[in-house]
This record gives sequence, structure tokens and C-alpha cells, in this order.
Amino acid sequence: MYKREVTRRRFLATTTALTTVAIAAPYVRGAHAAGKLSIGLWDHWVPGANTTSTAVVNEWAAKEKVDVSIDYIPSQGNKNLLTIAAEAQAKSGHDMLAMPTWWPHAQADLLEPCNDIMPQLIAQNGQVNGTVQYLGKLGDKWLGVPATIGSQIKGPCTRIDLLKQHAGIDIQALYPAGAAPKADSWTMETYAKAAEACHKGGVPFGIGLGETTDSVDTAGAFFQAFGAALVDAKGELTVKSDAVRQALDYCARVAKFYPADAPAWDDGSNNRWLVSGRGALIMNPPSAWAVAKRDAPQIAAQCWTHGFPAGPKGRFAPFLPYFWNIWSFSQNKPAAKSLLVALSQPAAVEKFVAASAGYDIPSFEKLTTLKTWAEEGPPKGTLYHYPNPHNHQTLSIAASPAPPKIAQQIYTQATLTKMIVRHMQGEPMERTLAWAESEVEGFLRG
Amino acid sequence: MVDTALSSNATTSTRVRAKARPSGLRKFLQRKSTIAFFMALPLILLILTLVVYPAFYAIYLSTLRKSMTSVAWMRNCQWLPDAICGYIPFGNIQFLFTRETFWMVVWQSCLFAISAVIFKALIGFIVAHFVHNIPAKGQRKWRGMLLIPWVIPPAMSTLAWLWLFDPSYSAFNYALSAFNAGPIPWTGNANWARFSVILVNIWVGAPFFMIMYLAALKSVPDQLYEAAAIDGANWWQRIWYVTLPMMRNIIAITALFSTIVTFANFDIVRVLTAGGPLDKTHLFATWAFRIGIEGGDIPLGASVSLFMVPILAIAAIFILRDITKRGNEA
Repeated sequence: MYKREVTRRRFLATTTALTTVAIAAPYVRGAHAAGKLSIGLWDHWVPGANTTSTAVVNEWAAKEKVDVSIDYIPSQGNKNLLTIAAEAQAKSGHDMLAMPTWWPHAQADLLEPCNDIMPQLIAQNGQVNGTVQYLGKLGDKWLGVPATIGSQIKGPCTRIDLLKQHAGIDIQALYPAGAAPKADSWTMETYAKAAEACHKGGVPFGIGLGETTDSVDTAGAFFQAFGAALVDAKGELTVKSDAVRQALDYCARVAKFYPADAPAWDDGSNNRWLVSGRGALIMNPPSAWAVAKRDAPQIAAQCWTHGFPAGPKGRFAPFLPYFWNIWSFSQNKPAAKSLLVALSQPAAVEKFVAASAGYDIPSFEKLTTLKTWAEEGPPKGTLYHYPNPHNHQTLSIAASPAPPKIAQQIYTQATLTKMIVRHMQGEPMERTLAWAESEVEGFLRG
Repeated sequence: MVDTALSSNATTSTRVRAKARPSGLRKFLQRKSTIAFFMALPLILLILTLVVYPAFYAIYLSTLRKSMTSVAWMRNCQWLPDAICGYIPFGNIQFLFTRETFWMVVWQSCLFAISAVIFKALIGFIVAHFVHNIPAKGQRKWRGMLLIPWVIPPAMSTLAWLWLFDPSYSAFNYALSAFNAGPIPWTGNANWARFSVILVNIWVGAPFFMIMYLAALKSVPDQLYEAAAIDGANWWQRIWYVTLPMMRNIIAITALFSTIVTFANFDIVRVLTAGGPLDKTHLFATWAFRIGIEGGDIPLGASVSLFMVPILAIAAIFILRDITKRGNEA
């Protein structure tokens, strides 16, 4: 059998020829020259919203020559939290991942700082609100970029007709479409009287007192309106303070006018309450209204989203931002940062807001007056005040200003709503406070 | 030639000897136990990867502090010898012992598991007898139908129960209102919420008992009943002196298996009440998830979930010891 031998001379000739070809050939940039990027985005409730985000990401990927793969991860059953926990444990997974509220702080050690891109986004889009600073920053380190997709305010969504009929309040006059609020009279006492009147009228306010986020967020905004915090910004226990006593007293008093089964409510209960036509007010982003628009248009046409009632220490509304974060073990950090900048451009943000029918809220102040909120209806202008365009209220999150890792425990364990339910069900104030103090002491442990 | 012939004979006899007495390795590989081991090896590796490794990892996690950067040593343990106090990484367990909610979860888990298993066993036993007495022709149909609650994934069937128990739009309350009764706060009141989660667990788990007991009933020889009948035994005596002794091991093993599964239940409580109201329906698994995953305190969550191990181990030891004892007596 003929066997071709590779001589030294032949080897040298071949390698020289190959090297010459390689150097002399023209450079052709491949379709994915900038590498691969794996991202995990929040799986949106609103049909069609994911399609828009896919289109925006793909547009960027084509321009930047990056091979992107997107996973839409639902928050249903806390699948997104499980993904975050698993990837943090394995130190492997997506390059960029959408994290809700507390999670950037919880995984701070494993996140790539975004200090190089946040200043340019702030310069372009305006300042971010205080809650985003609180949740998205650790010292001087930006833990991620506030995401438009999934960020929401849980303000009141009121039945115009029922509130007028039973409580004599014209909510559209207090929060006119296209104009600044004239809501000085919309206070805690007005709210309490309205809650009582609507309860008597058979259409109670649909406020949950359960352990899920909708209930906790509402309780948190009420507590903050009284200046009540269980732990202060320094991490000191402040459970047994006058402010907490006032807030608890008020919340337990008003809770008696909520549906009797409110302690068992979850995040879907208030939505169903509004859509069924049995309630005069809930605290929610426009998802419940959007469902009503589809299933019960006559109810949707009577809904008006507006600001929170003001308490002795101001007017607070729950704001729950999502963040886009880059893992420190990401394989393609430059591409991830480039994508985050692209996703935060005004044109992209506008698309996200429109695709979500106004549900998603950007955290930058120059982007809270997009036309979607002004034009959505019926009734037209129902969402005008949803993104807080006039900074009429302070956007905050329950359990703040405690250090986020402690606040996360207070929030998750629903300590605030449990306090309200305990006191409402007859437990003496001091015993409720002692229970809460014991719980929070546990959260303070290192 | 002679030499060659001799040498050839010698080689042949050596080969025969070699054939007659295989090498040690070959003998080892041909052993039934070795073959069995190799056949079971994939499963053993799977168990090591998916069960043993996570279990040890969970133990490791439970020894860490909340920050997961250092070990959670015990504190205030002067009652222990100095050599031990300060060197035991069970600070999380020690912390749990000081929590009111932890003891509530212990009590609720025991209440949930014991009451659910007792009712499942009782219902399973009764239904198994009914099905056993159905003529063979129609029995398969009934067996199939009765197994449905057990076959449907619990998370799905619990969703249906969630709607039936819905605080505001409960179908049960709607039905009760027809009799001027109710409304009952199925998941809003602690006692009713506990009742609800136990009821759903019984609904899901009773068919498993039924099918196990049915299999056991079918294996009881008819002659024993005939002998009992000749002796004049009534229905109750036949059950007490024939059926139950013959089913004791199956009853014990089924109860043990169900206790473990019920005690570690997650999906029913998670879907139906998420542990509320006021944590009054939390079990170990749901509370561990709340603390570890939702609350971001993975070490404490791991400690809570590990707490199931000693409790279940004690139950298993007692029940299995009883079975072994009876086996030896037989």
C-alpha cells in the first residue's frame, strides 16, 4: 500500500502556504463576530409584550453582531426567584438576568457593577427615583440598570361611579387627565371615611391583608405615610415607636371595612374583586383594569388610576422596580452592557410601555410622560396619573428604609400585614408590637 | 515427536485447567452479586448525584450564616462543654429554637401529617373493602375512577380546590347559601384553612391507600375467612382477627411512606394558602421555601428543611422496627 510520507520540507511548505493565505485573505466579519449572549427576561403578563422585547433585542443583536438567546422566565410560582438562586449557587447561567426588587442586593457580591453605564443613562433620561437608588445601589456600586419591563406602581384604581355614589368623591376632579392633581383633600381620613361608606354601601375597598406582595405593598405605603418603620436606615429596631402605633391603629381601624376574608387574599383576589364589580377601589397596576377592559368593559370604563391618600408624613405609593443585572461570571460583559444601554433608550422604552398597554414604568424621570398613558382608555386618560407624572407622591417600597437585606425579610414574611390582622382581630397593641419586635430581631441576625 | 506430543498434551491440559478454574477477576465478574451491582450502578450514580449530593450540600448550607460567607457557630451555649460550645456550626438550628413561628410549624406539620394519614388510611381501608366486594367484572372501572385524585398532579387538582375555596367566590359557600348556611371563610380563618389543606391532602392521598389495601385484601386467603365463619366469627371479628393481622405490614409500610410524603408536602399548601393566614398553615417545606428562596436566607431555609429528617427518621425507626419484629415472629 502506498503511504505518503510527510517530510520536513513538505511540512514547511504547507504551513507557509497556509499562513500566507490566512494573512493575505480579506477580513470577513461573521454574523456573530461579537460573540454570544444569553439573557433571561421577565415573562410578561400582557400578551404581545414579550414579542416587542424580542424585537428590540434582536434589532440590537443584528446591529452589534451578537448571537443572543432569550429566556422568558415567569414570576408565576416564583420561577424567576428559583432561577436567580440556582444560578447564584452554580455561578453559571445567563449573562444578563432580570431581577425583581430585593434581588440585586441579595446577590450583590455576584453582580457586575454598572457604574460605567448608569451615569450616561441618567444624563440622557433623567434621575431615577429614590426607590431605585435604594434597591439598585450598594454604596457607590450600581448593581444593575432599572428595567422598564415589569416595573410597576401599585396605586389605587377606583370605580368613578361607586366612589361618587357612596362616598361623594369625584376622583376625576381630584386627578384630572392631562393636568396636575388637585388632591390635597385626598388624605388618610378621607380614605377611611370613603372605605366605611363603601363598606356600608356593599361595595368595600378590595384591599388584601394576606402575605403576598399586593397586600404587603399597600400596608407598606400606609405605614410610610405615618412615618412608621420597623427598622430604620441604620438597622436599628424602631417597632415600638409612636409612628408605628399610629399607623397600626389606623390600618387596623380601616381594615374592618375591607372584605371579611381579606386576610386570605392573594395577588389575584383584588383583581377579581374589581372585575366582578363588587368593589369600589383596589391598589394595583393597570392589569386588573386591562382584564376588565377585555372581560367587563362596562366596569373598565368606570375605572380611574390615581395617587395614594396622603398621611401625616406625606403621600407614598408602592413602586416595585425590576432590574437588569449582569452576573460577575458572565461570559460577555461588554455585550451585556451594550444591550442594557440599548434597552434603556427612549425609543425602546416607549415601545415597551406601549406593548404593555401602559403597565411597565421606566424609572427615569424624563420618561414618565409618554403618550401611551395619556391616550389609553376607556375612559381616556384613565392611566394618565399612573406613572406619577407630576411627582405628586413619593415612590417607595414597604419595609424601607431598613437596610435592604433586612427589609427583604420584613417584606417577604409580610410582617406589616400580619401586624394589622393580629391587631384587627383583637390582639392588644403592645402584644402585637412585642410579637413584631421579636420577629424583626430575628431578621437582624447576621 | 514424543516431546512435541507431550508438550502439546501439557498445553491442552493447562487450557482445560484454565477453563475449569477461571481467574479471580473473571470469577468476580461472573458473580450474580457483581452483575446485579453493575446493573444497578446507573441508578446508584443517579441517586448519588440527585439525592446524596444535594442532601450533603443542604447540610453544608445549613451550617452557614445568612451572608453565606462564614459558619454560623452556636452562641450562648455555656451549658455545653467548652470544647464543644463555639465549635458546633449549628447556629441556625439554635436560632430556630428561639422562634415562635418555628414551633408553630413543628406543631402544624405534625397535626397535618398525623391527621391526614389517619384519615387517608381509614378512608382507604373502607373504600378498599367496598371495591373488593364489587363483582370482578365492574371492579376495574371503579378502581380506575377512584384513582383519579391520586393520578392528577396535585398542583393542578389543588388549583381546582383553590377555586372551590376562594375567599370571595367559593363554590362551596354558594352551595351552602342555598341552605341558608355559611359563608365559611375556608382559607381566611386559621382553623378552616388548616381543615382545608388537610381535606385536600386526604382527597389526593386516600386512593393510594385504597389501592395498596385492595392489593393486600386480595392476598388474604379465602380459607381463613371460611375457617373464621365456621368458628362463628362475626363481621367485626373477621376484620379484627383475620383481615387486620394479614394486612398489618402493608398498613404500616403504607402509613410510613405516606407520613414521609405528607410531612414533606409542599404543593398543596403552597397553592391553597401559601402558609397563611398568619403562618397558620405553613409546613416545613413551605416555610423553608419562604425563608430560603423568597426571603433570600438560604442557610436558614436549609436548616428548616433539614429539620424534617430527624422527625421522619424517628417515625421510620419505630414503624420499621415493628415490621421487622413481626417478621421475625412469623
